[in-house]
Amino acid sequence: MSLRAETPAPPGARVHRFTRAERWVHRGTAALMGVCVVTAAFLYIPQLAVLVGRRELVVRVHQWAGVALPVPVLLGLASRAFRADLRFLNRFGPHDRVWLRAALRRDKRRSSRSAGKFNAGQKVYAAWIAGATLVMLGTGLMMWFTHVTPLMWRTSATFVHDWLALTIGVVLAGHIGMALGDPEARKGLRTGRVSGEWAQREHPLWRP
Amino acid sequence: MNPEQSEDQSGRPIGRRVFLGTLGLGALGVVAAPTLQRGMESLLGGVAGQDPTGLTGLLPNGGGFRYYSVAASVPHRTAADYRLTVDGLVDHPRSYTLAELRALPQTRLVKDVQCVTGWRVPGTPFEGVRLSRLLDAAGVRSSARAVRFTCFDGTYSESLTLDQAGRPDVLVALRMQDKDIGHDHGGPARLYVAPMYFYKSAKWLSGITVTDRVKPGYWENLGYDVDAWVGRSNGRTDEPTS
Repeated sequence: MSLRAETPAPPGARVHRFTRAERWVHRGTAALMGVCVVTAAFLYIPQLAVLVGRRELVVRVHQWAGVALPVPVLLGLASRAFRADLRFLNRFGPHDRVWLRAALRRDKRRSSRSAGKFNAGQKVYAAWIAGATLVMLGTGLMMWFTHVTPLMWRTSATFVHDWLALTIGVVLAGHIGMALGDPEARKGLRTGRVSGEWAQREHPLWRP
Repeated sequence: MNPEQSEDQSGRPIGRRVFLGTLGLGALGVVAAPTLQRGMESLLGGVAGQDPTGLTGLLPNGGGFRYYSVAASVPHRTAADYRLTVDGLVDHPRSYTLAELRALPQTRLVKDVQCVTGWRVPGTPFEGVRLSRLLDAAGVRSSARAVRFTCFDGTYSESLTLDQAGRPDVLVALRMQDKDIGHDHGGPARLYVAPMYFYKSAKWLSGITVTDRVKPGYWENLGYDVDAWVGRSNGRTDEPTS
């Protein structure tokens, strides 16, 4: 709260947070991930599989959505703003260590949750989900093109794919849950702008 | 702390390490999967037996069957309207009602079920009429070489050679896990080919046609092996089931 007093933002001022490119990378990734998750549920949960059948079609949609999943990020690399975001996400400063430690202790005080453009939780999430997506893609391809890799690998790939899918489901639910709890953050990804007050409160070290 | 310093380039590249670490763990998981999978199966198999909620069944390798259907929707058949026809290269084509099938001598087999996608359900009882009995009753002609199976889902089909169809561990199953086979498991009657991957055990069986050659079934047209012996086909090395 003291931070706000130091640098008062004019009430109602909007701060630019995301360009069109950054927003579309997120939208494209979210949509493809959504298709992957929904089709996976229909392939995997017996009660849902009973509802739709058409296994071959559902598998096809799942496979192509999965292969396309990295495409929005790869296209986004053409944007300078998106590349800058990747640098922010990659680099962890001393305040990020404080943030993570506070998160582990469930310490919600503002002073221990300092953040730049992205907080440490968002940084860890971004790096993990990127790695997990590629693991899903790799194991998925091994299950798809069964004649390319030895079949022994395919069973192992299925094992990793299944368990990691479950983990991603849980983590993704957390990601969406946190977004639901923060309308201003969602507005940032929808319109590209956030309130100065929100920026100051949630990301005090961010210099837009 | 200095805000200008803490943002952007000055920090340590932890993000990249988390990213690469996740990739590495994934690769390690694939390498260690056979060991991990055995551990998980025994652990979850034990838990699933005492789990009244059935939630463990939803976990990977949690035990139990998975529902696969290739058709959009499958009509329901009951004892009243179910028919199994036996035709093709036979002297006495005919059709059976469910009651007629039940009146024939029943064989009960308890073996593992192995799916080609990896899941295995241990010690599953199947009970029904030996396929060889139905073929013998129909009088298979000397020109016959194979048997084709069709299903009332309207889409699925399967094939066996005549030798395979004559094995004592191939049934027209009416009961599974000591219950009448429900719709989701392919009831009221399904094929049960004990020694082969489970896609050979066609659900919702409605037609048995004796043919002069093997005609590949639904999944076989999509690249699966026709001779689907467990552990000796589809590039897999599972322990044989029968």
